[in-house]
Amino acid sequence: MTETTEFDTIAAISTPPGEGAISIVRLSGEQALTVAQQIFKGKALSQCASHTINYGHVVDPQTQNVVDEVMVSVLKAPKTYTREDMVEINTHGGIVATNHVLQLLLSHGARLAEPGEFTKRAFLNGRIDLTQAESVMDLIRAKTDRAMQVAVNQLDGNLSHLIKNIRQEILDALAQVEVNIDYPEYDAVETMTTKMLLEKATTVRKQVQQLLATANQGKVLREGLATAIVGRPNVGKSSLLNHLLHEDKAIVTDVAGTTRDVIEEYVNVRDVPLKLVDTAGIRDTDDKVEKIGVERSRQAITAADLVLLVLNNSEPLTAEDQELLNLTANKKRIVILNKTDLPVQLDDAALKQKVPADDVIAISALTTNGIDQLEGRIAQLFWGGIDNSQSTTLVSNARQIGLLHQADQALGDVLQGIADGMPVDLVQIDMTRAWDLLGEITGDSYQDELLNQLFSQFCLGK
Amino acid sequence: MQVREYDAQDYDVIVVGAGHAGCEAALAAARMGNETLLLTINLDMVAFMPCNPSVGGPAKGIVVREIDALGGEMGRNIDKTYIQMRMLNTGKGPAVRALRAQADKHAYHRAMKDTIERTPHLTLRQGIADRLLMDGDACVGIVTNTGARYHAKSVVLAAGTASRGKIIIGELQYSSGPNNSQPSNYLSEDLMKQGLKLRRFKTGTPPRVDGTTIDYSATEEQPGDADVNHFSYTTSDSIYLKDQISCWLTYTNPATHKIIRDNLDRAPMFSGLIKGVGPRYCPSIEDKIVRFADKDRHQLFLEPEGRDTEEWYVQGLSTSMPEEVQQRILHSIAGLENAQMMRPGYAIEYDVVEPWQLRPTLETKVVKNLFTAGQMNGTSGYEEAAGQGILAGINAGLRALGKTEPFILKRSDAYIGVMVDDLVTKGTNEPYRLLTSRAEYRLILRHDNADLRLTERGHDLGMISDERYQAFLAKKAAIQAELDRLGTYRIKPNDQVNAFLTAKGTAPLKDGVLASDFLKRPEISYQDLLQFIPAAPETLDRRVIEQVEIQIKYAGYIKKAEDRVAKLKRMEAKKIPANIDYDAINGLATEAHQKLKQIQPETLAQATRISGVNPADIAILSVYIEQGRIAKVQG
Repeated sequence: MTETTEFDTIAAISTPPGEGAISIVRLSGEQALTVAQQIFKGKALSQCASHTINYGHVVDPQTQNVVDEVMVSVLKAPKTYTREDMVEINTHGGIVATNHVLQLLLSHGARLAEPGEFTKRAFLNGRIDLTQAESVMDLIRAKTDRAMQVAVNQLDGNLSHLIKNIRQEILDALAQVEVNIDYPEYDAVETMTTKMLLEKATTVRKQVQQLLATANQGKVLREGLATAIVGRPNVGKSSLLNHLLHEDKAIVTDVAGTTRDVIEEYVNVRDVPLKLVDTAGIRDTDDKVEKIGVERSRQAITAADLVLLVLNNSEPLTAEDQELLNLTANKKRIVILNKTDLPVQLDDAALKQKVPADDVIAISALTTNGIDQLEGRIAQLFWGGIDNSQSTTLVSNARQIGLLHQADQALGDVLQGIADGMPVDLVQIDMTRAWDLLGEITGDSYQDELLNQLFSQFCLGK
Repeated sequence: MQVREYDAQDYDVIVVGAGHAGCEAALAAARMGNETLLLTINLDMVAFMPCNPSVGGPAKGIVVREIDALGGEMGRNIDKTYIQMRMLNTGKGPAVRALRAQADKHAYHRAMKDTIERTPHLTLRQGIADRLLMDGDACVGIVTNTGARYHAKSVVLAAGTASRGKIIIGELQYSSGPNNSQPSNYLSEDLMKQGLKLRRFKTGTPPRVDGTTIDYSATEEQPGDADVNHFSYTTSDSIYLKDQISCWLTYTNPATHKIIRDNLDRAPMFSGLIKGVGPRYCPSIEDKIVRFADKDRHQLFLEPEGRDTEEWYVQGLSTSMPEEVQQRILHSIAGLENAQMMRPGYAIEYDVVEPWQLRPTLETKVVKNLFTAGQMNGTSGYEEAAGQGILAGINAGLRALGKTEPFILKRSDAYIGVMVDDLVTKGTNEPYRLLTSRAEYRLILRHDNADLRLTERGHDLGMISDERYQAFLAKKAAIQAELDRLGTYRIKPNDQVNAFLTAKGTAPLKDGVLASDFLKRPEISYQDLLQFIPAAPETLDRRVIEQVEIQIKYAGYIKKAEDRVAKLKRMEAKKIPANIDYDAINGLATEAHQKLKQIQPETLAQATRISGVNPADIAILSVYIEQGRIAKVQG
């Protein structure tokens, strides 16, 4: 943590991922209005009365593309939750748009809020009374421990490796500049010129921008626990999905094969963010449209972290069911016996030979019997240590991307400084900033690194 | 036979050690009006330079100017006694330019001793402090080896490398302070008894050679600058020295390296004789050869030790090899083939106080009214020592005067602040040297603006005369007036202007621009600008023009740095109560808990800089502090 984070303007998505049609991105801090205004086309927020909600659009200032149609609440200090200026951006476009909004804020001056930070500010600014202080501390501790673990676990090996390489390249340049400054008479090291720094900054910036591009592509994949709902046609997959979503997204009929498109939705099941992939069912079919769906379902199983395999309790197990059971045998899975409202035809004993009893749950998507039990089991599996890193994946990614954007800007400042004819030691300030920001992603940011580099690489001293 | 103790005079402040830290500490305390005793093992070694005969350089030179702006002596003293002056890094930005002087080390000592002798309220006396006088957990004076009991309201220890000093040359080792002076052998034990933790550090110095036996023709000359520059803001340009003495550059070679490698078994560095930790940035030549085996030469600078001596310092050849090997090393070097060695190089091991035991005032946490400064705190370098000395002296002086508000320099105030914060927050595992890369706000901590940063504070302390203060205010006003003028005067495009710009290789004007924007162009100097605007109503001093140029040209970067500093200041304002009980805070991570307890940071900002203290710990800490504050109000 640097000394200056306490008074940063912070931002976070404050609604649970995937739940509901509206998400809220919240900002708090002195610069809340200024930061929001940079990405908002609509009224001048600073002119808006406090506690008003204002219609407009979030626009990416770089591309001028409209990201989402939004309602923006302006809440001016001190009558706000944190007693700082706050802005709440209500987005409509689902998780991808909401995340985009957050990232735009992060690359325009806001910092991603630490766990519990809004509440902490509320407390520090006198909004919450004394009795709540302990619980605030507990909250910070609990959330942070998990978040830190996540930050470490979640960091992709390749990403980490790439960033470390970029940082090392920057560090070499920094060390050279520092040696030139602190040991001006030391002649065994070449003088770092702005021309050399220009080349270095250009190369490094290109790498950062490439990372940003891949980060944006991979973003959706990394958000939420990838969950595939599979089963023969018309066993009730879409109905199940709808129950989890609490709305009618998928088209549900009792004609087999009507769910043609792969539907992706985010759903928050007892705090577990699932990225649900509905499937068109897995069966051999001559129907071309259906065939694509089938192939994608097979792929979905391969890609899924969790498979919800739906069987029809009112029919005997078919060859297709058996195939699905085999296909998912090595997956984390929950076998769902649907249509328990109808007479039982399925051979329970045969199934239980293949699947542990805990992972078989009987439901009725029609009457919602058993849905609770299913949700409980998902949460249990999730927090039981399968993959709880996914719980904050979304946030961690936004953080990484935000930091990459800032590093990109800092490198842009390096190039600008060189273009303005600034001396190398001033330009280096922005170069160092880029290095620090990248270090925040991998968790290596200490000043000693530079000194170590200096003294291990160069033979200095009297 | 036991030495009989007696009660000697009482003082307000006692300073032990008259090296670069002790001299500044004693002068500061005395100038603030305290009756001050400055005790030294040897009166002939006041402000002595046992190592390199130079002052300043990157980061260090800025410290000298900071000391000067606070009313300290180092800048004025070197201005009286330099034999060469050079501005370094002139091709770079203003933040990293640095002045360095070669000193006449004997003249430097004499001038400082003279100043001290003539300073009112200051007594200089020879003696060795053997132990502290204690009253409970407070230090109330010291006892000398001759039995004198001196009482005082506060005490500054600046013992340098004298504490249980041990000199090592090859197989030879003996108890000694720097340059064969008497060591201080008893104080360390007493400090440990009072609960202070000590450790051993090591440093070294190169051999000195007879200048009449150097073949300068085989070396490269390094002359001083023709352009006028001094350290002190009070030194007049008119006294700038014309007959400067050059330094000379030569190199080691493969033959040198072979001699060293062949004799490594006799090198105390590698034979296990030396146990203290040495600095990475000031390695001995044997260390360089081992660590950088692929380098076939290392630079050596021959530096004169003074105007009236033929002793020359061989910078870059610090060593503790046996005398005989040192001689052979010297003779293998171009220009030194026939050089007569006058003194051998040596390594010295000594005790230091682990600096994390200190507050940002340099008072020890365990012993009240006891301050430590300089090399004794694990630093290296005269300037680092002097910077701590003035800070410790001021705080000891304030304590003696009964003032409760301490004098603290923040990281954004001064390089001295960076150094002290590093020391007290992180401690140090090797002799600490200031480097520009340690300062995160180096664009603000420039050598040219040290007076603008600190004169006001020196004046508040009574260390800057009213006359000097008035001159300072006039300078400040002149800078502002000229900035205002350039910020309103417009330059219109015409043939003369555009011909000039084209000749300079920069784009011609299309529309009128403010003079200040015109000056922002890197190709344009203030003198260039004067061709197109009327001269300032009053003749401007070169230092005023320098400020105007820097403040306009680098405005964007300066603004960014100031914004960061403004945020930092808000964190610095969040004080951690002195009596905080870290054991009572639930939820701190174990490492953070231990570190916070050990370091006892004074502000949240300082706490954030402790390694092992994470954001969550800071959040919990700030909530806990706030909780205590509310409880107090409600209670």
